[in-house]
Amino acid sequence: MGNYSWLLPVQASSFAARIDLGLWIIHAAMILIFVLWTIFFAYLLVAYRQRDGHKAERIHIDHWKSLAPDAAVLFFELSVVALYVIPTWSSLKMSLPDEKDSIVVNIVAEQFNWNVHYPGPDGKFGKRSAALIDFSNPLGIDPTDPAGADDFVTVNDMHFPVGKPVLARLSSKDVIHSFFIPAFRIKQDAVPGMVVPLWFEPTLEGDYEVTCAQLCGVGHAIMRADVKVQSRTDYDRWFASMAPVKKAGPSGATEEW
Amino acid sequence: MSEHGHELSFTEKYIFSVDHKVIGLQYMITSFIFLLIGFTMILIMRWQLAFPGTVIPIFGKLLPATFAPGGILGPTGYNQMGAMHGTIMVFLGIVPLAVGAFGNYVMPIQIGAPDMAFPRMNMLSYWVYLPGGILMLSSFLMPGGAAQSGWTSYPPLSVINPGQTVWLLSMVFLITSSLLGSMNFIVTVLNLRAPGMTLWRMPLFCWSQFVTAFILLLAFPPLEAAAILQLSDRVLHTSFFMPDGLVVAGQAAQYAGGGAVLLYQHLFWFLAHPEVYVLILPPFGIISEIIATNTRKPLFGYKEMVYAMMSIAAMSFLVWAHHMFLSGMSPALSNFFLITTMIISVPSVALLTCLILSLKGASIRFTTPMLFALSFLPMFGIGGLTGLPLGLTVTDIYLHDTYYVIGHFHYVVVTGSLMGLFGGVYHWFPKMFGRKMDDCLGKIHFWGSVIAMNGILMPMLVIGLQGQSRRLFDPTAQLHNLIGQPMHVLSTISAIALMLFQIPFIYNFFNSMFRGELVDSNPWKATTLDWDCPSPPPHGNFAKVPRVYRGPYEYSHPDHNEDWLPQSREHAEAAR
Repeated sequence: MGNYSWLLPVQASSFAARIDLGLWIIHAAMILIFVLWTIFFAYLLVAYRQRDGHKAERIHIDHWKSLAPDAAVLFFELSVVALYVIPTWSSLKMSLPDEKDSIVVNIVAEQFNWNVHYPGPDGKFGKRSAALIDFSNPLGIDPTDPAGADDFVTVNDMHFPVGKPVLARLSSKDVIHSFFIPAFRIKQDAVPGMVVPLWFEPTLEGDYEVTCAQLCGVGHAIMRADVKVQSRTDYDRWFASMAPVKKAGPSGATEEW
Repeated sequence: MSEHGHELSFTEKYIFSVDHKVIGLQYMITSFIFLLIGFTMILIMRWQLAFPGTVIPIFGKLLPATFAPGGILGPTGYNQMGAMHGTIMVFLGIVPLAVGAFGNYVMPIQIGAPDMAFPRMNMLSYWVYLPGGILMLSSFLMPGGAAQSGWTSYPPLSVINPGQTVWLLSMVFLITSSLLGSMNFIVTVLNLRAPGMTLWRMPLFCWSQFVTAFILLLAFPPLEAAAILQLSDRVLHTSFFMPDGLVVAGQAAQYAGGGAVLLYQHLFWFLAHPEVYVLILPPFGIISEIIATNTRKPLFGYKEMVYAMMSIAAMSFLVWAHHMFLSGMSPALSNFFLITTMIISVPSVALLTCLILSLKGASIRFTTPMLFALSFLPMFGIGGLTGLPLGLTVTDIYLHDTYYVIGHFHYVVVTGSLMGLFGGVYHWFPKMFGRKMDDCLGKIHFWGSVIAMNGILMPMLVIGLQGQSRRLFDPTAQLHNLIGQPMHVLSTISAIALMLFQIPFIYNFFNSMFRGELVDSNPWKATTLDWDCPSPPPHGNFAKVPRVYRGPYEYSHPDHNEDWLPQSREHAEAAR
């Protein structure tokens, strides 16, 4: 529970602080606008209430002056957009870290699990095919592909080393899911038929939670996974200990369910 | 009016009526019943959210075992109610109340028309809406239950989940009804205005209906197309929205594949974002009328508000993909929708500013409808402001699909639209029945509702900031949600309170219909034409066609002896 508070969760990724900065600036502005506005509103209600001896009068208010709040709001919004939103969005979503310097994984969502496909020591992913999917081979990794021989898949349990970018290729087997780690401030829909790249860099060792943010069926609420951010040595030890995924029978032989 | 001559049978008068006022009342009663049904569903869901896995009081025993085994709501039941709550509230509750009820009843009498341009089409629009609504509710009785993929119904989930077929068929009914209504509204405004009623003399309520009708007319057809394509995917196993290589529960899905999952979302939000403005513009028109009447002075910036509504309507077709920043759509495209979203906030700010400035110099009567109208301003303000971090792509990464979104749009639609519509009921009730609603009960209803609504919605913003995903059947199944659980309890208790505070309203509505204080045709001393005809207006509305001499809000005119100068009065009379 230590990672979660009454407000935002702990900042456990490299860009969490940047996103929080935006959240705080905007909320401060929202509260300021609302308070000033409510004071003015309350003043009008009291000053111009109906009472004996008070008559409504047609006060002339300059139309151009009345546009000042609109202009102020537009100016504020466009400044936030130009100075904060577009630069941050570009660095988060429109550029990806180099594959050589990153932990590269495939994250494949399904009802109601998060499968993580690690490439194994050779750093190469085996080919996958939907026709090969069965219980022991949930992602349909091709057993005839040598690159896939040392690949392994974890279910609802992901491990990443601290301080190294993770480049994930996100996809889904069945319906739309959404990959959300509140402590990392990262969210991205996993869409069947599409592979969407996303990246994040864990900066704080600890245990975090992945949740599904998009309604995906009966088990939406229990669709979660653990994320363990470990030191480099702990991560390497875990990585080495993972057995390659067991292969199902001959290629293409899917069993009856 | 050909029917003028002969006596109408009961069926012609009250059931298959072509009179816009009867149709308006039919819409009003029906949509309030749907609102109550949708609200009951959310109460059951809220119980599960606050006290997961416990027996639901009262309703637990009534629900079938497939829904709530042992009186405890199950996840399938939760998802069905979730999808139906959203659908009912939007398509069967607020829109028919705002457009079907108030638009039908008030707009023709405000422009001095004897009826809508196409009375029979008007009747048809109601009689397509009602079966659509009944069909929607009956889907609970289908094998597998009702739709359970959210009111947004994203494929592939909606295509493989049970219940969706009836939802789609029902949507086709509802869309047809809205399209018939919107064409009728546009033609009525353009053709049936009384002599002298130029467009720039129309009350803001009529403008809001006129603008809304265009939004409905242009936004619904894409959804109708999307619904039919999805229906075809479900029933005929086409693959409009079904991609290659789909594996559901370990088995390859029986679809050819090659479809585009995101296409549906584009089609859906191309309707559903303009739809938000359909929900908000008519209540906005209503509160403008109420504020003008109860401040006893002309509204500030009448033309500015009309232009603002028009620009909102036009811009609303250019912002839809801000619901899709994280959908897998190109991140470069997001920048375009980010900018348009910021721009559309400006006319909304202008509308609020104009109404606030209208209070300056006023003599404010705090009548019951005025309380509802005034509360709209700060509450819609919260709704608008909380939209800001959702409309900005970067902060939306964190807040998208959390409870923050739910808090945001309920602030807009519940404390905004719904409160405005309640205000409208209190405001036009004397016109509809010739009697006034009780003031004391009205004030209990108002204060109870506004406090309870904030008690429901403010906690949602808090747990949204904590990162809690929406549509979770049991939030406590995930570790990071545990800390926010007391907020769910507060929200649920407030929701029960909100239900209790509707009892004075329901009692007041039906009691005042028969026993309320009798009033003359213009109890609020208002200027627009709707207060010129008898209460309730007879078939054909006006004994003789009214003539309009001035703009809609001539209150406290310096040349006139009373503080209101009706639109139909030829000359101002100087004070003696």
